Amino acid sequence: MDSIYIYSLISMGGLGALLAAGLGFAAKTFYVERDQRINQVDDVLPGVNCGACGYAGCSSFAEALVAGDAPINGCPVGGDKLAQLLGEIMGSTAVVGEKKIAQVLCAGGRKETRHPAEYRGIQSCRAAMMVSGGTKSCQYGCLGLGDCVTACPFGAIMISDNGLPVIDPEKCTACNKCVLACPREIITLVAQSKENHIRCSSCDPGKVVRKICEVGCIGCRLCVKTCPVDAITMENNLAVIDYSKCINCGLCADKCPTGAIEFNGRQIAEIEITDKCVGCTRCVKACPVAAISGELKSRHVIAQDKCIKCGICYEACKVKGAISVQYLD
Amino acid sequence: MEQFTRIILLFVSTVLVNNFVLIRFLGICPFLGISKQVETAFSMGLATTFVMTLTGAATWLINTFILEALQLPFLQYVSFIMVIASLVQFVEMFIKKTSPVLYKALGIYLPLITTNCAILGLALLIPLNGYNFIESIVFGFSAGVGFTLAIVLLAGLRETLEFGDVPEVLKGVPITLILAGIMAMAFMGFSGLISI
Repeated sequence: MDSIYIYSLISMGGLGALLAAGLGFAAKTFYVERDQRINQVDDVLPGVNCGACGYAGCSSFAEALVAGDAPINGCPVGGDKLAQLLGEIMGSTAVVGEKKIAQVLCAGGRKETRHPAEYRGIQSCRAAMMVSGGTKSCQYGCLGLGDCVTACPFGAIMISDNGLPVIDPEKCTACNKCVLACPREIITLVAQSKENHIRCSSCDPGKVVRKICEVGCIGCRLCVKTCPVDAITMENNLAVIDYSKCINCGLCADKCPTGAIEFNGRQIAEIEITDKCVGCTRCVKACPVAAISGELKSRHVIAQDKCIKCGICYEACKVKGAISVQYLD
Repeated sequence: MEQFTRIILLFVSTVLVNNFVLIRFLGICPFLGISKQVETAFSMGLATTFVMTLTGAATWLINTFILEALQLPFLQYVSFIMVIASLVQFVEMFIKKTSPVLYKALGIYLPLITTNCAILGLALLIPLNGYNFIESIVFGFSAGVGFTLAIVLLAGLRETLEFGDVPEVLKGVPITLILAGIMAMAFMGFSGLISI
């Protein structure tokens, strides 16, 4: 009886030891050099395998990063902190991408728009859209049934009482899930520092928009004319901001007759050139409305009646304190 | 001569009549998982055939010289799984070294050969059928060939089907399962071809 135990132990133990030795030998013979950085990168990644970077998972992203195919700031979930860590591992200074957050390009909630029909069915925007394009009179606007809320893995989206999604900028990680989930395609990712948002996606002509929505873009072109840096263009009866040009001056929001453009930043109340000015004429060249006059090497002056308070001269000035800006509020 | 005939018959019967995938329904997971492209399917078939042939030999040796000699038949599962797991590890290292592209294409299915029931099925069938050493190797090899045949055939069909007009509801896995079912029925036609 006892011999069974002994034989079992010896035979299985011996077999195991033999196979282990064989594998150990094979592991050395067939050893593949693997970049140590892949493991390091893998360790600092969030590890949730959400796929927001465009790769199958965190480890595929790590491999692509070390191979040089993926950018250091490629993980939107980790944000700038992670980009810095990855930069340390990769030995390159991180090109820290600005944090982006999702923006809903529709401000027409229950109060501002008309609802000619009532929808009773599956509570999903996608389903509601199948039924003759949803209940809203605007065929471009938010349906408010919260497909984006369901899609958000971080709980950053809520539907407000007015029936519009509200995005919590603290929780938003720019993972792009809501952008893909929205059947109306009205959510986009915008750099967090940008304060101007055209909250309308309607391509209807102004006449139609006026009838169905109080806050829609009516295509009046006032913002296009106002913008000092030509960042706004009209595309299919809709104003569109080119965020690479926008300087956050807020003038477009000021001019917009329907309030479709939102501005959350600080607007300039007063702007003056101080006696620190060295007369480099940089601001003179930069001013879009030719409100600044002055000779080379003499102090420049802003003609306040012409000035539109866009702040471009402040951005252009290289001398610290030569242009003083006072903001509203 | 008689021995040679037996081996030929064993080969044909294992590849066609008792095909591991389509008649015994073993190893369905990789059969459906990696049959999208003929090339990767063939590579998977080769890897599986390699593991199966080695398993056939190793199983017979262990069963005859350790388990039967020491009267420990109850250790079949433990020892066979151990051998299979080691063999798969070995194949994985080998492929990783020799062909990184193939290693990537096979992905998770390569380590999953370990838990592939076709391999364990093979290992358990050898003592059950009482094959000798040569027969065990041939049995393992032909089981692998049968697996390769089935997976390559399905991959070919699926490649053609990419351009076919498949109804929306059947796209993807459903149509693959239907295909596999039809193939299994077709292979039933081989039964009665040989009897040993």
